[in-house]
Amino acid sequence: MTAAIRTQHGVEFARIMSIGVHRPERVVTNAEICTFIDSSDEWIQERSGITERRFAAKDESVVDMASSAAHKAIEAAGIAATDIGMVLVATVTHPYQTPSASTEVAARIGAVNAAAFDISAACAGFCFGVSLANDMVRSGSSTYVLVIGVEKLTDWIDPRDRGTAFLFADGAGAVVIGPSEVPAIGPTIWGADGGQKDAINMSQSLIEYRDNGGPIFPVITMQGQQVFRWAVGEMAKAAQRALDAAGVDAGDLDAFIPHQANNRITDAMVRALKLPAHVPVARDIVTSGNTSAASVPLAMERMLRTGEAKSGGTALLIGFGAGLVFASQVVTLP
Amino acid sequence: MSQDILSGLAVIVNEVAGVPVEDVTSEKSFVDDLDIDSLSMVEVVMAAEDKWGVKIPDSEVKNLKTVGDAVTFIAANS
Repeated sequence: MTAAIRTQHGVEFARIMSIGVHRPERVVTNAEICTFIDSSDEWIQERSGITERRFAAKDESVVDMASSAAHKAIEAAGIAATDIGMVLVATVTHPYQTPSASTEVAARIGAVNAAAFDISAACAGFCFGVSLANDMVRSGSSTYVLVIGVEKLTDWIDPRDRGTAFLFADGAGAVVIGPSEVPAIGPTIWGADGGQKDAINMSQSLIEYRDNGGPIFPVITMQGQQVFRWAVGEMAKAAQRALDAAGVDAGDLDAFIPHQANNRITDAMVRALKLPAHVPVARDIVTSGNTSAASVPLAMERMLRTGEAKSGGTALLIGFGAGLVFASQVVTLP
Repeated sequence: MSQDILSGLAVIVNEVAGVPVEDVTSEKSFVDDLDIDSLSMVEVVMAAEDKWGVKIPDSEVKNLKTVGDAVTFIAANS
């Protein structure tokens, strides 16, 4: 006879309880970027909206930045690190195949009771993490989940590539997700299109580099127009589906926080969503650049800190990037 | 037909980039005369695809130098 297996039960709802970020100290202007590429401050601002970004120090690692953001999020949540049951780190720039960044972060912050793993979903990684954490809390596999988006993209770009050098930057953002009395994280609309894997990818694998060398170490390359077309054409639709799934009208939003890919993409998404002018739109990219998995929490923190959006407000999140992959959900702001 | 496409395209270029409709004429270069950058060009192409039910692949976009090139391509493929 098959043995009876007991299962776990969680709670009905989960919410984002708190947020913490790490912004590297060093500010890099467009003028400094233009010492490496043939471009101008005006061109960079027109194409992306970026005026400056932050680069991590040489000895400031993905794990350092993630741990710094995590400390702040845990403190703001009013829980102990030992209460955390899961540490999820969304990143594509941790420079080790194994072990994951998450296990080291968990040890660093004292989350000794937590399981931990990394999420490889590029610029959508944070929103993937929010979805997983929501499911974990609601199913009972963890009471508190730490979700971190972190990147040190400057280790993996070619500073002489006109298409990417001005765009990518470094940083980290963390949230604690835990039980809620009321619904506070809507259904996630997500997907993947590996047919477009070449739109954003690595110039070669590390194995190819080891065996054959090459002009430069493997770096992130991007087909800008292809990504722009996909983002503008498909991502507004995905965001609309997330609104519909949550039963929220665009006009009821208190914030729209898309991945800070490029202000031009954000502009086009705002138009396609017919977002009313009274809804504040995250523009953290202007001074932070595109920080991939870190961009949504960094942008969220800025809106809350500056008062552009308020704790308890309703926000539409969407992450999208290399894969291609995307994830979108409506959340209550911490 | 071509005249209708030209006027439709002028409206699209106006909506995407704010170029006055009357400035969008056949001989104008998108980049040099109308100041349409590569990202705005993608938006123009996407709007044209929706309007006339054509597929304009990225590989073709770079061949569409002038407004007239775009009109000809759309007329031939819609």
